[in-house]
Amino acid sequence: MTTVQQQETLALNGDEAVALAAKQSDVDVVAAYPITPQTIIVERFSEYVADGEVETEFVCTESEHSALTACLAASATGVRTFTATASAGLALMHEILYVTSGCRAPVVMAITNRALSAPINIHCDHSDSMAERDSSWIQLYVENSQEAYDTIIQAFRIAEHTKVLLPIMVCLDAFFLSHTLENVKTLPDKKVKDFVGTRQIPLVMGHEGKKVPFKLDPKNPITIGPLALQDYYFEHKRQQEEAMRNASGIISEINDLYSQLSGRKYGNGLTDPYFLEDADIATICVGSTAGTTKYVVDNLRSRGIKAGLLRLRTLRPLPTSDIVSALASTKAVAVMDRSHSFGGYGGPLFHEIRHVLYDTQPHPHVVNYIYGLGGRDMPQNDIQDIYIDLQKIQQNNAVENYVNFVRVRE
Amino acid sequence: MTLPSWKFTAKEIVKKPELFTSGHRACAGCGPAIALRQIMKATRGPTIVTNATGCMEVVSTIYPYTAWKVPWIHTAFENVAANASGIEAALKAMKRKEMYKGTIDVIAFAGDGGTFDIGIQALSGAAERGHDFLYVLYDNEAYMNTGIQRSGGTPHGASTTTSPAGKVIPGKTQFKKPIADIMVAHEIPYVATASIAYWQDVLMKARKGLEVEGPAFLHVFAPCPRGWRYDTSKTVEIARLAVETCVFPLWEAVNGNYSLSPQSKIAALKPDRKKPVIDYLKMQRRFRHLFNPSFEHERIVIQERIDKRWGKLLKKCDMA
Amino acid sequence: MSERKKGWKEIPVGGVCWKPATEYSTGDWRTFKPVHDSEKCTKCLLCPIICPDASINWNTATQDIEFNYNFCKGCGICANECPANAIEMVREGEA
Repeated sequence: MTTVQQQETLALNGDEAVALAAKQSDVDVVAAYPITPQTIIVERFSEYVADGEVETEFVCTESEHSALTACLAASATGVRTFTATASAGLALMHEILYVTSGCRAPVVMAITNRALSAPINIHCDHSDSMAERDSSWIQLYVENSQEAYDTIIQAFRIAEHTKVLLPIMVCLDAFFLSHTLENVKTLPDKKVKDFVGTRQIPLVMGHEGKKVPFKLDPKNPITIGPLALQDYYFEHKRQQEEAMRNASGIISEINDLYSQLSGRKYGNGLTDPYFLEDADIATICVGSTAGTTKYVVDNLRSRGIKAGLLRLRTLRPLPTSDIVSALASTKAVAVMDRSHSFGGYGGPLFHEIRHVLYDTQPHPHVVNYIYGLGGRDMPQNDIQDIYIDLQKIQQNNAVENYVNFVRVRE
Repeated sequence: MTLPSWKFTAKEIVKKPELFTSGHRACAGCGPAIALRQIMKATRGPTIVTNATGCMEVVSTIYPYTAWKVPWIHTAFENVAANASGIEAALKAMKRKEMYKGTIDVIAFAGDGGTFDIGIQALSGAAERGHDFLYVLYDNEAYMNTGIQRSGGTPHGASTTTSPAGKVIPGKTQFKKPIADIMVAHEIPYVATASIAYWQDVLMKARKGLEVEGPAFLHVFAPCPRGWRYDTSKTVEIARLAVETCVFPLWEAVNGNYSLSPQSKIAALKPDRKKPVIDYLKMQRRFRHLFNPSFEHERIVIQERIDKRWGKLLKKCDMA
Repeated sequence: MSERKKGWKEIPVGGVCWKPATEYSTGDWRTFKPVHDSEKCTKCLLCPIICPDASINWNTATQDIEFNYNFCKGCGICANECPANAIEMVREGEA
């Protein structure tokens, strides 16, 4: 058994925690473009470069589109890459998100979740990354800056795992995390470097009739990013689905390995249940709202109310069986969406969770709360009100409104 | 710039292995395919190639086949210069870690759509950042891969599927964007124009672009029989005529200093050898409508604009 | 051309190509075929350099130009450009 590593506690905001984790992970190329809530990540990283603290090649591109492209191309050349973005920047990357996962380039990207324009707004909601659920990127959502730090370190090992080879978004709430100071326990540089290791490049059958490293290498030339038509495109996409399925196990495995080093563990890496074993009512959310919700759950529990919380850490791949088992005892659950699918039936998380529960019998009532768009605060009282609603649903065994908008003025 | 230590003789070139091979599915008589073949013959050692979406990307890598004998990547249409930036950054990082020795060159290929229009932002950014790579624009003067739509590189008067010659509009009403001059304005070390009709010039310029430290931009004129509507056998002839008429003069700018290339110097030194633009126009059916009496004036407009640009170029080359 | 297509478990990861284009013949696109007259040919080697399809080779053993009809698409650029008029385009099946 290994002993938990001694750690230094630093006062860091979420962005600084991310930048430090990327620095310690021995990243070869960082290509980025500044955009408000994540700008500090890029700034801190630039300082590491300027002070000679890293060997990283830092490319300050003219757009997010080029930032991700440069990371993708650098990754295809065989090195470790990192970038960060938010909101409009992620939207501008949209096209290249699909190309990155399709080329199986394990780029790690921090997303400081922020509302999409218009009206333009720099504050937190999840509209940006929720719009990219189908891009074949692994999506991990963190609750606090400590987890942001830990997850960036884990992300390189997950993405670069030869059974995965998919890019990862590590999503942290803008301002609530990105700009708020928090005590963050940090590992020594060497320990992180050893944990992440050097990037493993798998072998692939090339066009010269032999297996060669899957990278742009003049010694063993391969062609990446061809035109594949009706005869083969679909097979490539099916491969990506398999990689996603493999990722579930790898995320859990790395969560365990990391806990041996750091003493910190986030559920099973996929879901992070809180007082769910015997819960009658529960909320489900991603991100920093979980922190406030845990406080509310503690209060409710102290009053004998069987309340719980399911924090989804991994949205892609969706941990379907974990969600089902975590909510097994519940009678009524509220899915908390910090983004909305306009004209759809509730927000994106609602779609995911309700859909997963469809085949379970009996299943709880599943309702949706859209909250906090554009950075509107979600205080404990509002969260508590949702639990009170759930109690009513449980008592009446009936739902009045499936989709609710929290604290929006009429 | 020091005198080149290399020379390209036909004998040497035909012996050099094909890095862009047969079996690609470009149309018969494809000018860009000639450009790529010639440029890949000018490489000096290990090379990584990246391609923007476009004709050459599509025809050379129809899965599971590839016509490339060098490491090659395509990601999207508008970002080939960002691909090159990323590759070059990765190579620098790898070199720092002593993961390889020597030099690995990076070449980015893009068509006119991917350069004049949708790719100009990434190109400008990469040039400003000073990445060490050769950007090759193979210019066939429209979006040929998607069905001959006009681009910023399409010349005035050309009929395309989005600038069709109609009863009142004589094809494209705007003029070709002076993209190579725009690249010179970026103050990069090497910018040149070339035509596939003069293979030695293409190879020399490609090699110079690879040799310089920092970004190099090579604008290669590469006619398209399908889009320009001429017989497939005339590709090289038209590429030559474009130079002889000064429609596409050949020059290079080393550290911003312009000089005419030998083939264009002829027209500068002996103006009577400069052929009229009409000789060039009449060979291509994309300009056919300009020979209707109603659009006759356009031919004068085109000749005037070509002469004006030629005059400006002569001044830049101190040959006015 | 009706070979069995590979499944997703068999193809290389990430869309990497696994066949050289030289295994794909483009010769059957041809309507006209270049015919080379070795007598007239001055061995200037222009045609192998300007061929879009790399289908004209210099055979060092025979010291002569060779056409690879497996790839030649019959564009006729070589015939048009040959300074010695040593290449003639002939309709397929007529020569």
